[in-house]
Amino acid sequence: MIGLRLYLAQRISAMLMAPLVLGHIATMIYAVQNGLSAAEILERTQGSFWWGAFYGLFVVAVSIHAAIGLRAIVCETFSLTARWLDLFTWAVGILLLLLGARAVAAVVL
Amino acid sequence: MMVAKHRRDTLRIASLIHRVSGLALALFLPLHFYVLGLALNDAAGLDAFLKWTDYPLVKFAETVLVLLLSLHLFGGLRLLALEFLPWSPRQKAYAASAVALSFFVSVGFFLSAV
Amino acid sequence: MDQAVEALDVKVWRGNAKGGSYRSYEVPAQRSQTVLDVVTWIQQNAEPTLTYRFACRVGMCGSCAMMVNGEPRWTCRTHVKKVLEGRHLEIAPLRNLPVIKDLATDMTAFFDKWTGAEGVFHPTASRADAIAPISPEDPARVLANEAIECINCAVCYSACDTVTANPDYLGPAALNRAWTLQNDERDGAHSRRLRTISGGGGCFNCHSHQSCMTYCPNELNPTASIAGLKRLSAMSFFKGGRDR
Repeated sequence: MIGLRLYLAQRISAMLMAPLVLGHIATMIYAVQNGLSAAEILERTQGSFWWGAFYGLFVVAVSIHAAIGLRAIVCETFSLTARWLDLFTWAVGILLLLLGARAVAAVVL
Repeated sequence: MMVAKHRRDTLRIASLIHRVSGLALALFLPLHFYVLGLALNDAAGLDAFLKWTDYPLVKFAETVLVLLLSLHLFGGLRLLALEFLPWSPRQKAYAASAVALSFFVSVGFFLSAV
Repeated sequence: MDQAVEALDVKVWRGNAKGGSYRSYEVPAQRSQTVLDVVTWIQQNAEPTLTYRFACRVGMCGSCAMMVNGEPRWTCRTHVKKVLEGRHLEIAPLRNLPVIKDLATDMTAFFDKWTGAEGVFHPTASRADAIAPISPEDPARVLANEAIECINCAVCYSACDTVTANPDYLGPAALNRAWTLQNDERDGAHSRRLRTISGGGGCFNCHSHQSCMTYCPNELNPTASIAGLKRLSAMSFFKGGRDR
């Protein structure tokens, strides 16, 4: 049960994330070279507006994208009514948004 | 168990890869966010967790995550092109290229990690 | 096909809405023989009560589609030698549709979705008006022509796993039909049709598996048509929902 608005939200968040994911992968390959440490990660991210904006946008986009993607899987795997499906979509989206916001705050602030 | 014939097609496998990688990434995300959130009150706690990532098995698991992410990214780009650009009959070639590129990227990550 | 095969081992699904099972028949092999010929031979020589559907026998009416060795096919234009595995042939009613009896499915849902996708021409002129001049080179007409040769055989509907997973989904045939009408400038219901096919069971459920395109006997590409509908709907959304 995917209508126009869910579709657009799904595809626009995907288009936003394409460069973000590429950046994320590049950062991972760069950062993992000498092993991971909290100090190294925090040195890069703490107080940085641009990393904050990067991960902030990433978290918003991925919450929308994952919520709608899981909705499609749940819809096609279990027979839920439209209301339960909406509830599920919102719950996943909000949960990811909260956890993600906390993670971004933790590494940027 | 026999897989039905219409499900053995290249593009059906591409679609299965997209779904399974997306599902796995969505399930991994809460853990990812939780671990980063540790830095909020407890940088030492984050460090203790990151120590783990020195183990070869964990490095392998990270590589699998990078592979899943790349598969979902490049496979997703194919779908966006299919939907928003004029039709191309070369979908199977694009799907195979997406998988090849994903392996290239994740091997790059693995070599960088070890 | 092995030239030495003298008799085909044909399993035919027999039953009704409550269930059924395969029954085996030995059918004489011919040099040139379609799957529909095989079914007809069984009904005329071995199993007079076998129920199946056909009409034109030349690939125009779209009534004889069945599952043949696990894949949906128009049986009147499918040569046995193309699909035979060893000497085995397994014939069953189309997937994704309820069975009435034996090889005949209830296609009500299929045709209801056809009209549900506003797959009906809404004229903008009467017989008193002059015939609308439409150039065959007109870009919209070119798109419509590429998708227009559908015979309603439901092979694509039967091949589509999105239909299997989501019974509300309109399916490839109905959406392909909607796409041809959106590209018909004589049709007067473009915005209404666009609203219908953008709804909960509409084009946005398609995952572009392309099974419809793989199996369409007329080599149409409903996946491309559905992608076109997705673009039209998205564009009309950003234009404020006032499309044509």
